[in-house]
Amino acid sequence: MAGERGVETVDMLLNMGPQHPSTHGVFRMILKVDGERVEDAEAVVGYLHRGSEKLCERENYRQIITLFDRLDYISNFNNELVFCLAAEKLMGIEAPERAQYIRTIMCELNRISSHMMFYGAYGTDVGVFATAFMYGFREREVIQQVFEAVSGARMMHSYIRVGGVAQEVPADFVPRVRAVLSGLKRGIEECDRLLTRNEIFLGRTRGIGVLSAQDAIDYGCSGPVLRASGVPLDVRAAEPYLVYDRFTFDIPLGKSGDCWDRYWVRMEEMRQSISIIEQALTQMPEGAIQTPVAKFGFVKPPKGDAYVRAENPRGDFGVYLVSEGKETPYRVKIRAPSFCNLMALRQMVRGSYLADAVVILGSLDIVLGEVDR
Amino acid sequence: MSWTDLGWIVLSVAIFIGFITVVVLALTYAERKLIARVQQRIGPMRTGPFGLLQPVADAIKLLAKEDLTPGRSDKATFWIAPVVVFVPAFVAWVTIPFTRDIAIRNLEFGILFIMAVSGVSVAGVLMAGFGSFNKYAALGGLRAAAQLMSYELPLVVGVLGVVMIAGSMDLRVIVAEQDAVWYIALQPVAFLLFIIAGLAEVMRPPFDIPVAESEVAGGPFIEYSGMHWSMFSLAEYANTFAVAVLAALLFLGGWRGPAPESGWAQDMVQALWLLVKVSGMLAAMFWLRTTIPRLRIDQLMAVAWKGLLPVAFLNVLLTAFYLYYGWPAWTITAMSCGVMGGAVALYYRRRSARRGMPETARVRVERGRVVG
Repeated sequence: MAGERGVETVDMLLNMGPQHPSTHGVFRMILKVDGERVEDAEAVVGYLHRGSEKLCERENYRQIITLFDRLDYISNFNNELVFCLAAEKLMGIEAPERAQYIRTIMCELNRISSHMMFYGAYGTDVGVFATAFMYGFREREVIQQVFEAVSGARMMHSYIRVGGVAQEVPADFVPRVRAVLSGLKRGIEECDRLLTRNEIFLGRTRGIGVLSAQDAIDYGCSGPVLRASGVPLDVRAAEPYLVYDRFTFDIPLGKSGDCWDRYWVRMEEMRQSISIIEQALTQMPEGAIQTPVAKFGFVKPPKGDAYVRAENPRGDFGVYLVSEGKETPYRVKIRAPSFCNLMALRQMVRGSYLADAVVILGSLDIVLGEVDR
Repeated sequence: MSWTDLGWIVLSVAIFIGFITVVVLALTYAERKLIARVQQRIGPMRTGPFGLLQPVADAIKLLAKEDLTPGRSDKATFWIAPVVVFVPAFVAWVTIPFTRDIAIRNLEFGILFIMAVSGVSVAGVLMAGFGSFNKYAALGGLRAAAQLMSYELPLVVGVLGVVMIAGSMDLRVIVAEQDAVWYIALQPVAFLLFIIAGLAEVMRPPFDIPVAESEVAGGPFIEYSGMHWSMFSLAEYANTFAVAVLAALLFLGGWRGPAPESGWAQDMVQALWLLVKVSGMLAAMFWLRTTIPRLRIDQLMAVAWKGLLPVAFLNVLLTAFYLYYGWPAWTITAMSCGVMGGAVALYYRRRSARRGMPETARVRVERGRVVG
């Protein structure tokens, strides 16, 4: 290719990942760069492929929950929930009310901890030397301790079961969560002060990686990525599951669909999650935590199929479950929001600077465990 | 030159390099501790009391590491590059005085010498980027070349204001001239220019674009390990320290402060005053590192050419008027503050015309129904 003054220039292929500090795992981008400009980008996924969907066909329903823990490993509760909801739908049962509330609280806490993870990683992407990361992880830590107290594990909880939850929450659950929430409110404000209105942060994220509402819909984006483009779609409001139809909350929306909007939507969602948890804590009734379907023997849904979706921290997470009436499902298909959101990457990255490519990828907040399954 | 002279030279160079190395080690420790506090950690604690031996442990680890050479690299360029960065960083120290009487060799053109010598290190970074045979290194090397060249100008033109007022390039004279008032009061614009451009010159955040971890994963230094990597690291910290010392000398009155009249006690107290001022500067630089995001390369260039350079020239112009007409000292302070205020106002006006503050919206959901 001849340049402006007849000087021969060649585009360079830059292989970013699977080992690169800011590809958030084992994601790989093949960038075609002209100096600092990115001409084209190709996403290469599959480095973390473990065949989860196929494995599901071999395991029984209780074992599958552990596989779902390992999909989006930042938001384990939300994943477990969707699979259990699918199995319950197939069996025509519903978890007791108390279990529904516990599930809601755990899932919303998980949303906050997931967004805090995003906050930390994003701060590092735009170049704050680990401070945002430590801030995010400080807030995550108290949530993780609640998770540990409730389920016995910090990750891979296997707490939500078909027909309810595994065990009763600890005696001090309600006051403890309330204390955590009041700490979180302060923490979120602090995180806000560090980054949100920072002039350089605004310069690095405003108008970068703009995704129009139509494009976001066309690419099948969901979750914060879709809402940042101004589309008010939240599964919690559009098709309420669990007890979400009993709460009042806001759906934060972006206007321009740039990286800052995607960041802000997540920050605001954390505040809304806190409000939802507070409402759930006051409404939470006493009672059973499990419908006795799985106490003895195996869960065996009847023949049929079911599709369930829920609003995960990363977007619309769907499970399509086909049962032949056996101890193992016939087929499990997972709609992973990270994977769908990633589809928009190429369009957003094209024509931006190399440094922006990192910021754009970070704003999608992908988790490779879910992308590759 | 006799053999004894040569012996003395070798010995003094060894002492000097040892001194700078100790300073750098202390600096890495201080930085880690300070950054840890900002991030609500406690920093290194395991090696020695309060982790004081951590830098030593780091140094031993680096020395023990294998020096790798990438297979298809340009061997000569690859191995010479660290030296080209390392030597200027240390040579610049030759003329930096620590007290009124202690300097290795005071030069009449001290500040010019420092600027000229430190300019050489660009070549080393570029060589590292080129010789590594790595695309990230090449990108980082080019970024470094663009950045270091661009920021050399505002740095030099900024310092020019101080040189004009002091009437000398001799660092000792510059400090002596700050008898009545520190130059930060007369040249606040130059001070800010020096700090910003100085940070960019030593590639420290928010200007660590050539070595950006999250973008080019270490840039020109990506392929280096062990001893050669530590030479880059040593040079970086020596330069950081130099910028802080120069800022103290040029703007904060150097070693000035209440001190005994003569003797070794005077030297000690003067050095202590300098150390206090330098520590303040360094703490500010570390603080910036932990709290500010990184600029993008085009924004970086815009800051240098559209922002700093015009302001630097304006500052020189105002200083010239001030000196030529012999106005009272407060006028230059007032004019400088005016320039700064004007520059900031202009920036914000242009920014809000371009892209105001972000707008957001929200939709209310009540009991499962969207109510708008």
